[in-house]
Amino acid sequence: MKLFEISFVNISDQKGGVGYKMDALVNNRIKQVLKGDQNAYSDIVNLYQHKLYQICYRMLSNKHEAEDIAQEAFVRAYINLHTFDQKRKFSTWLYRIATNLCIDRIRKKKPDYYLDAEVAGTEGLDMYSQLSSNDKLPDDQVEQMELQDRIQYEISRLPDKYRSVIVLKYMEELSLQEISEILDLPLGTVKTRIHRGREALRKQLNNL
Amino acid sequence: MGTCPQYIVDYMQEYLDGDISRENEQQLKQHLQNCASCRQHMHELSDTVAFVKSAAHITAPPHFESEVMKRLPKGKSRVGVQRWFRRHPILVAVAVFFLFMSTSLIGSYQNNEFSVTKQPNLVLDGQTVIVPEGVIVKGDIVVKNGDIIVEGEVDGNITVINGEYMASTAVVTGEIEEIDEVFEWLWYEIKSMANTVVELFQ
Repeated sequence: MKLFEISFVNISDQKGGVGYKMDALVNNRIKQVLKGDQNAYSDIVNLYQHKLYQICYRMLSNKHEAEDIAQEAFVRAYINLHTFDQKRKFSTWLYRIATNLCIDRIRKKKPDYYLDAEVAGTEGLDMYSQLSSNDKLPDDQVEQMELQDRIQYEISRLPDKYRSVIVLKYMEELSLQEISEILDLPLGTVKTRIHRGREALRKQLNNL
Repeated sequence: MGTCPQYIVDYMQEYLDGDISRENEQQLKQHLQNCASCRQHMHELSDTVAFVKSAAHITAPPHFESEVMKRLPKGKSRVGVQRWFRRHPILVAVAVFFLFMSTSLIGSYQNNEFSVTKQPNLVLDGQTVIVPEGVIVKGDIVVKNGDIIVEGEVDGNITVINGEYMASTAVVTGEIEEIDEVFEWLWYEIKSMANTVVELFQ
């Protein structure tokens, strides 16, 4: 059974070292911001901007919305910084704000949000074409997609409760424990959603 | 695969999570060896994971950081300014005083009216003040927005604001000053005010 050897790659969480230094830097900047030094916040934004934007983009499949929501998440974090418990991990707290905003946006946009905005990575497609075909494109069109566009397209077709866990696990490479804290779900629920998400994706990929 | 028990699929998922027990893993391996459709299912799941993992990292657009900083509420920094004001009341009072002073002084600098200190024996030619030859003027002369030509003698200081001092063989016992810039003008006003204050106390 060759399959077993190749597919099992476990990236263990990296602890100590870089991570510890980064936490110290972040906590230092948080203290400065809380003292009234707004500029200290730019280091925090700089440190997390790409990861936060990536979460939003993977969740929303739209560059403009992803940028707007990711910025909004940083602003909310800034406003509520005094409520952040510095014994905990800042990234977990920040990602939680972002994923909540994304899920809110997804629920709100279902009927009318940015319907004519082009879906990023799918040339000439907009939300209309996605909605009218019930989130499914003609097979020949899908087959012609570039790999990266295809990935985003398949992710966008997942129900949002599966999408969030799959994005956090495989694109942000977070541990199940962190995902459970970010989404405020029991560990068991996170596992179940990952299982179902993987199964749903498998069906999508093999239904062509 | 339809006849295979559900727990086999659960084991596949546990396996992919990396937290399957030795026992269950053995059971799964054995089953996969004998069941082609489950083997196919397992293969597809592994491919699915590889597919998602091959997603490229996405980076935030340029200027993202500065856009966020622009969107932050400005409240906090205003608190800082207020605190500074409260801590330095005297500096604030001085600053406010100078602000009002300088605006009124610059205002008076910008008025372009010609004026000259009243002294006997001075001759006026348009905007030019002439101290004629053979005349001795006792006291200071201040000319605003005009020139002065001294051909006689002046027993005092000459100050020309926004104008020119012209003399060749003149005899002036005091200082001669030409003021053309706003700051010099301010400085002059402050000095003369200080002199008045000093005189008041003498």
